[in-house]
Amino acid sequence: MYGFLIAVGVLLLLSIIWMVYRIQTLVSVVKGSDKKIASSSNKVNAILFVLFMIGSGVLMFWYSIKEFDNYQLPVASEHGVVTDNLFWITMAVTGLIFLITHVLLFVFPYKYQYKENRKASFYPDNNKLEIIWTTVPGVVLAVLVFTGWMAWSDITAPAPENAHVVEIMGYQFAWEVRYPGADNVLGDYDYRLTSAINSHGVDFTDLNAIDDFPSPVVVIPKGEPVLFKIRARDVLHSVFAPHMRLKMDAVPGMPTRFWFVPTKTTAEMRAELNDPEFEYEIACTEICGRGHFSMKKVIEVVEPAEYQAWLAEQKSFVQQNPALAENLPAELKELAEIQLSEK
Amino acid sequence: MATASIANHDTAHDAHEHEHHDNFVTKYIFSTDHKMIGKQFLVTGIFWAVIGGFLSILFRLQLGFPDMSLEWLRPLLGGWIDETGKLDPTFYLALVTMHGTIMVFFVLTAGLSGTFSNFLIPLQIGARDMASGFMNMLSYWFFFLSSVIMFISLFIPTGPAGGGWVVYPPLSALEQAIPGSGMGMTLWLVAMTFFIASSLLGGINYITTVINLRTKGMSFSRLPLTIWAFFLTAVIGLLSFPVLFAAALLLVFDRSFGTSFYLSDIYIGGEALPNTGGSPVLYQHLFWFLGHPEVYIVLLPALGITSEIIATNSRKPIFGYKAMIISMLGITILSFIVWAHHMFVSGMNPFLGSIFMFLTLIIAVPSAVKVFNYLTTLWRGNLVFTPGMLFSIGLVSFFISGGLTGIFLGNSAIDIQLHDTYFVVAHFHLVMGSASFFGLMAGVYHWFPKMFGRMMDARLGYVHFWATFVGVYMVFFPMHYIGIAGFPRRYYSWTNFAFSDMYTDLNMFVSVAAIITFGAQFIFLFNFFYSMYRGRKASLNPWRSNTLEWTTPLHPEHGNWPGEIPAVYRWPYDYSKPGAEEDFIPQTVPLSETPESNLPHEQEQVKIELEIMKDEDEVLVPNESES
Repeated sequence: MYGFLIAVGVLLLLSIIWMVYRIQTLVSVVKGSDKKIASSSNKVNAILFVLFMIGSGVLMFWYSIKEFDNYQLPVASEHGVVTDNLFWITMAVTGLIFLITHVLLFVFPYKYQYKENRKASFYPDNNKLEIIWTTVPGVVLAVLVFTGWMAWSDITAPAPENAHVVEIMGYQFAWEVRYPGADNVLGDYDYRLTSAINSHGVDFTDLNAIDDFPSPVVVIPKGEPVLFKIRARDVLHSVFAPHMRLKMDAVPGMPTRFWFVPTKTTAEMRAELNDPEFEYEIACTEICGRGHFSMKKVIEVVEPAEYQAWLAEQKSFVQQNPALAENLPAELKELAEIQLSEK
Repeated sequence: MATASIANHDTAHDAHEHEHHDNFVTKYIFSTDHKMIGKQFLVTGIFWAVIGGFLSILFRLQLGFPDMSLEWLRPLLGGWIDETGKLDPTFYLALVTMHGTIMVFFVLTAGLSGTFSNFLIPLQIGARDMASGFMNMLSYWFFFLSSVIMFISLFIPTGPAGGGWVVYPPLSALEQAIPGSGMGMTLWLVAMTFFIASSLLGGINYITTVINLRTKGMSFSRLPLTIWAFFLTAVIGLLSFPVLFAAALLLVFDRSFGTSFYLSDIYIGGEALPNTGGSPVLYQHLFWFLGHPEVYIVLLPALGITSEIIATNSRKPIFGYKAMIISMLGITILSFIVWAHHMFVSGMNPFLGSIFMFLTLIIAVPSAVKVFNYLTTLWRGNLVFTPGMLFSIGLVSFFISGGLTGIFLGNSAIDIQLHDTYFVVAHFHLVMGSASFFGLMAGVYHWFPKMFGRMMDARLGYVHFWATFVGVYMVFFPMHYIGIAGFPRRYYSWTNFAFSDMYTDLNMFVSVAAIITFGAQFIFLFNFFYSMYRGRKASLNPWRSNTLEWTTPLHPEHGNWPGEIPAVYRWPYDYSKPGAEEDFIPQTVPLSETPESNLPHEQEQVKIELEIMKDEDEVLVPNESES
């Protein structure tokens, strides 16, 4: 019944709009305004451009200022400070151009709206102007590119020797984390070794793998370089740690990497934001299927001393599940046991 | 009837002057008339735009109102609404995938380039038809076939392709990864193959026609900027679409024949696949080798249309005609060497990233030149705000807004954070999506009188423009904030993460704005179809424009001009020339007839012009006496 009433209402409304439309068409024909080059609507449109400029401009400034703390994510890595700076410098430059061009774009329609007794200026070209506005953007862009390139080169340079290695592996739909253990060298892996008990496909015949250990969270020390070794097991994923300003695709068959220096511990950030629940997060930013929006991993940044203590507590894959080492040849097994007992 | 006989290609029959009737099928369906083919592309494009827009409304409902029960959509979506009345997350991905595919290829490539290249090239260069009417017809029907296949894929039980419009493997190659990669992806690949064939057939025709069939006097330096834009667009398409075909073909091999071009080291669904040695990044290179030029394939025609409309309605020559052509040439060439800026964090060599950052920011220069030239064209003009003009000004605004954010994204260091966030979504929807869409709309409003001999209602056009212009900004401007905050794209919901568990109000606002903007398009649909039959009869040259298409009869037959094709004596932008009586001088007016307004160098040309005309008269007279 309601549906019927709504349908009747909509029909009525449409027919009223229809009548109004017909009437105004007929009126304009009677008045002969459809014969004119520019009707009275010309002025309305010209004014609307200026109103739009003022209205949307005010809205933009008001919201950008009011929400600044909301959309400006706190930054917690060394290179993040650099890229944030670049971002805001670019924002200042482009923002200025945005404002100037838009003021011109919306004021000209008002100022030069059609007048019957005026003739437009015949002004087909001016090479000097063209050269000016080719070179000026060229130079500005060159400066922006150059600063960006310097930052990019630093960020993508090889990681320092002493960087703490963490392996992050993406799969549908979660991340798995592996630490290299005391030797700071990750053991080999082979995707064909993947199984229910060996989700990383770690090759335990490689001695480096013996002390590798898994972790439910990514724990890293503050102020020291950390190298994420990134890979994927099934489809593309992408490691995105927004507060670290870090993003790198995880590609099956092609390991990738990203190194950075965290600058604030989780505890420090909690205090700074006055949010006891705060946690650094990793999300996936490469479409990977149904659960793409739920691939979450927590990063815990701690003081270096705390980190060392945490490392010492961790149990390796083999210690957690001796079955992993069962199929190893006898001499390897022995070596493995020695290595573990030394720890 | 003399007018009808022009349609006959075989001039020997003309002597009989018999009336040549097209039947319904040859006139409206398997037509070889470029004007009808253009209209076919336009109507099909509009159909797809409605579908593509509707899909976006569906996923905006999910994003803006995540708690809303979508039970009322069950009659339409069936099993894709789960028991709790929520949209299925897999289907959400299929929605964004199909929205992207439809809008980029079917609306903004076929609907824009297909419509206006077909409709305008012969009319504006002074040709009877395209170089090959038959190939042109094939171009439309391949597109139609592609459309049918893509449309069917929306309704199959496993859903359409769902790997994003870029369909990166391995996701798009493995059915185990997402159901849409089964039959849906197969149909996607088949449809795209036909689409590429259609684009190539069209593109070859556009290029050949522009080079070979220009009328007397229509040198390249007198071509309207629309034609330059369509010409360069076709060149880009011709060079880049085959690469997409290659990428798709290798994907077909990987999917169906067990090859490993893109697949390597994959463990999925509890089993290790045998593929090794392939590279998903290879696909990305191949895809973006088309994918980036594709941006300019949709944008250049819109810029060309805008140049023409802004000049006409400013009653001023376009400022820097040569600079406009040079910048379009620059964009054309550069568009091929910037593709990897989509891949800064794909794991490719960072050195490549540096190179592509430099190249990418160079392409901003010709784009900036175009904007400044538009602004200078408006300066001291005598602006008439036809709906076409409004949409053109809107385009320039979007081109600025979206273009500037490109400077952020082209900078690889800044892109690390912004890549695949809503900042990118805002960027390309403004600069590519909305700008090109506004170019399409501007073109429809401007050339409707030539297409159908009637005028569209201007007031409805104004309402449509303002609702859409404001609406587009309300939809896409807030996305910049969401993007800076780090919200990733293609997310079904953001509540799983603390950093993105906010802005529900802003997302709601965006969704409401999207619904209103979508609703406003029905004003256009009404105006379009109503005016086609009941609109006010158009005059021959309603915008008092200079270009050749306005010298044809109100309803041009196949062949466009009764009698001789007019010759061209000047460039198309002689608006408000000092000394001239009217504020426009059509291209067909010889310089020798306008001594009062000729510039010094043109006065020189008058002598040459007169000599040529004299020679031609001598040649023509004996010819005519023979027949």
